[in-house]
Amino acid sequence: MGLKEKMHEIKLKYQGKKMAPAFNAIHTFLYTPNETTHSGGHVRAVDDLKRTMNTVILALVPCLLFGIFNTGYQHYSAINGFPESFSIWEHFITWDNFVLGAITVLPLVIVSYGVGLLIEFIFAVIKGHEVEEGYLVTGMLVPLIVPVDTPLWMLAVAVAFGVVIGKEVFGGTGMNILNPALTIRAFLFFAYPTWMSGDKVWVHGAVERAGTADAISGETILGYLAQGNTQEMYAKYDLSEMFFGFIPGSVGETSAFLILLGGLFLIFTKIASWRIMVSAVVGSLAMGWIFNLIVDFGWIPEYSKFYGLMSFEFWKHLIVGGLAFGIVYMATDPVTGSQTNKGKWIYGFLIGFLSVMIRVFNPGYPEGVFLAILLMNVFAPTIDHYVVRGNVNKRLKRLKNATILPDTVDGAAAELKAETV
Amino acid sequence: MALLSKKDANLILDPLADNNPITIQVLGICSALAITAELKASIVMSISVIFVMGIGNVVISLLRNVIPSKIRIIVQLIVVATLVIVVDQVLKAYAYDLSKTLSVFVGLIITNCIIMGRFEAFALGNGVWRSFLDGIGNALGYGVILIIVGFFRELLGSGTLFGIPVLGDPIAKTGLYSIGYENNGFMIIPPAALIVVGVIIWVQRSRNRALIEEA
Repeated sequence: MGLKEKMHEIKLKYQGKKMAPAFNAIHTFLYTPNETTHSGGHVRAVDDLKRTMNTVILALVPCLLFGIFNTGYQHYSAINGFPESFSIWEHFITWDNFVLGAITVLPLVIVSYGVGLLIEFIFAVIKGHEVEEGYLVTGMLVPLIVPVDTPLWMLAVAVAFGVVIGKEVFGGTGMNILNPALTIRAFLFFAYPTWMSGDKVWVHGAVERAGTADAISGETILGYLAQGNTQEMYAKYDLSEMFFGFIPGSVGETSAFLILLGGLFLIFTKIASWRIMVSAVVGSLAMGWIFNLIVDFGWIPEYSKFYGLMSFEFWKHLIVGGLAFGIVYMATDPVTGSQTNKGKWIYGFLIGFLSVMIRVFNPGYPEGVFLAILLMNVFAPTIDHYVVRGNVNKRLKRLKNATILPDTVDGAAAELKAETV
Repeated sequence: MALLSKKDANLILDPLADNNPITIQVLGICSALAITAELKASIVMSISVIFVMGIGNVVISLLRNVIPSKIRIIVQLIVVATLVIVVDQVLKAYAYDLSKTLSVFVGLIITNCIIMGRFEAFALGNGVWRSFLDGIGNALGYGVILIIVGFFRELLGSGTLFGIPVLGDPIAKTGLYSIGYENNGFMIIPPAALIVVGVIIWVQRSRNRALIEEA
């Protein structure tokens, strides 16, 4: 008798007991449930919630691995100086980088999953419902969108807040209005701003070394631009570094290249909506382009504090900061996003548009993608409502203008012929 | 002999729990969000509202048979405005810093829906003693929530209670701060009060399921 049968047996034995949902969760996570529909003409497909979630996690793994190496790379480069002629195999994919990155990033992953799943289990036991797989993706997203040196207790508090207030109070997976991972990020941002912004938090070890002779720092690209240090930024980072992600930033958001691959994978597997991704990219380009035009027309003086970010070429907004990561992995969340196809275009476009706008105008912190997505999460049902109403009205109008011709030739039942106007 | 008959006692006790103006009727939210970042401000606000509502309800109840119903809202506004100005002047004279913290929100007691609501719903149709008890009861129900919210927001947001540090010194890193604890900046901003009030509503309704409205 294998483990699978053993678990089926235990499940039957403890059916209806208080801890049953907790056990069932582990059971469903490991194997297909022993009880499936027996009769009737059901279409059986393998893409259940578990597989959907695992596909997204699969798409996130490259970002996580890259983040681990990048953590080490940024740390050692800040101490020893950036290499003159950069070579991936010599300077980036090294054992030292991996070890340092792993001992910094993996605790974030463990805390995120540990606290989040614990709360999910507690709620499942109290409410007597099954544990949903929803947290599997959230738990992976959270460590990728926070700065490397976020204290673990802060992360734990934020995860508890995000899962309870962002998700469980609304009824759990599938009922939440806001994306839980972004709720966690927003909580951290407002609760502990000193750990979420500035030039000290993006490189491992910078906070402890601050004020000593060994002090190191790493400003993000957007941080440089927000302070008007465009020349310095270009002297330090070139375009390919921005695109491939050898830059400081939150753990998993730096590599636009891997995010692009992940996005294509999600589109190919039909897990995420390509409409949202495409329209969000168009939206951000449009806003960036408007800012570029304002600069070109000379409507904004060079001493303005917005000049640095506004003059940044519009398409480069996509390869720095968290915009690409947000568009691919967060905006496409099927629960909190728009459901109608037309709604998805509007929803995505506004996410891109607002992200770049907030990024430029936010005085405290030059990034805004998480705020833009949370805002549009709130508006997504409204967008859907008007899209559906629009469709209903269109069809009502069509019905009103339709001509109905009774077929009286052989006295048979009158045939209705609606003509589209 | 009991001080209050059971019916009269319920006028005070009901608004404290099962008919709370903030958590059940969801009135007076504006000031509950704005001034609860500090416990002291919450308490002063509660006392002000108790004063205004107690006396206001008595005055309206006394006048209830002579107020023409067409202009009753104007009369109610005059009564509450007079009382609020008294409170405002007293605060300015004896607690200037606090009146700065409370700023316009003392003046805005005039528009607090709880007060107008009780004038309309109770004082206009009941005797003086019962109106007084009802006013005090509702103001206490409002105050209790304000104080609970103020307690959590000040403790978690600033690490103090009544301005006295209770968790240690954040700059010298003593007490809790020596092991890496930090104040939660989120608790300082008004949206946090919305969430704390929401959690109170959640706790109250899961303890007493009869309070949950039909969907």
